Amino acid sequence: MKSAVVQLPGLNRDRDMIAALTKISGKAPVTVWQTETEIPDVDLIVIPGGFSYGDYLRCGAIAARMPVMQAIREKAEKGVKVLGVCNGFQILVEAGMLPGALMRNTSLKFVCKEVKLEVVNADTDFTRAYEQGQIIRCPVAHHDGNYFVDDETLKGIQGNGQIVFRYADGTNPNGSLLDIAGVVNQAGNVLGMMPHPENLIEAAHGGSDGRGIFASALDVIAA
Amino acid sequence: MIKARVTVTLKNGVLDPQGKAIEGALGSLGFHGVHQVRQGKVFDVELDTNDQAKAEADLKAMCEKLLANTVIENYSIALT
Repeated sequence: MKSAVVQLPGLNRDRDMIAALTKISGKAPVTVWQTETEIPDVDLIVIPGGFSYGDYLRCGAIAARMPVMQAIREKAEKGVKVLGVCNGFQILVEAGMLPGALMRNTSLKFVCKEVKLEVVNADTDFTRAYEQGQIIRCPVAHHDGNYFVDDETLKGIQGNGQIVFRYADGTNPNGSLLDIAGVVNQAGNVLGMMPHPENLIEAAHGGSDGRGIFASALDVIAA
Repeated sequence: MIKARVTVTLKNGVLDPQGKAIEGALGSLGFHGVHQVRQGKVFDVELDTNDQAKAEADLKAMCEKLLANTVIENYSIALT
């Protein structure tokens, strides 16, 4: 399975993401710059974390309007898998490719720590390597991860099984609605999540709980 | 040249932790009786046109496409 990592000014987790994808798939991902309007033929496009455009206006707002996002939207409509982590999640909601919005943490503080996640829906392209209801460890590092969605949309995403991850065991770091940590689009091929699974994939990280997301998306058996 | 002020505010019911923090700080400065503070954003925009209708239509499109996130925010436009 081939993958691509999007690079935009201000993103800083691209190297971690490239390392994770290379280790798990055995192939280095191609990198795609923000001005590119065509994306190579890949199975998975990843928008990594960071602070694109200095988080000006709103986190992810400027990045979401860059030419590469139109190309990603077209790929997603054709069924290519798209994963947005942290700022990548913020960019996907700003681009309207995922429901809801990500607001300032209720603590008003940048939070950098490990949380626990419940796999709420293990029947997605990104979570097949996990058991339904499994609790996994995962690091978070963000200032604007407070997921919000209006009541009507919330009913819709609940009914469709679009809530994929929730913060578990009282570890919600940002005040997000219903402890939501990650959601997929209705078609199930675009996942956004605030936590950083790419930073927990091998023993040197202190665990490999995050590996299953990439193993699922890249169709490789979780190690 | 048309000048406009765009004001973006959080929708009712959307929690505003920054507004809450400001509310608390005002209280600690002795400003009691502040019932609520909601923080928003102001954009002063200058447009190279004298056509008011076009300016208003353009500003509305700018708000919908970029200046406001209409999932959580409302906007208002005032030509000045």
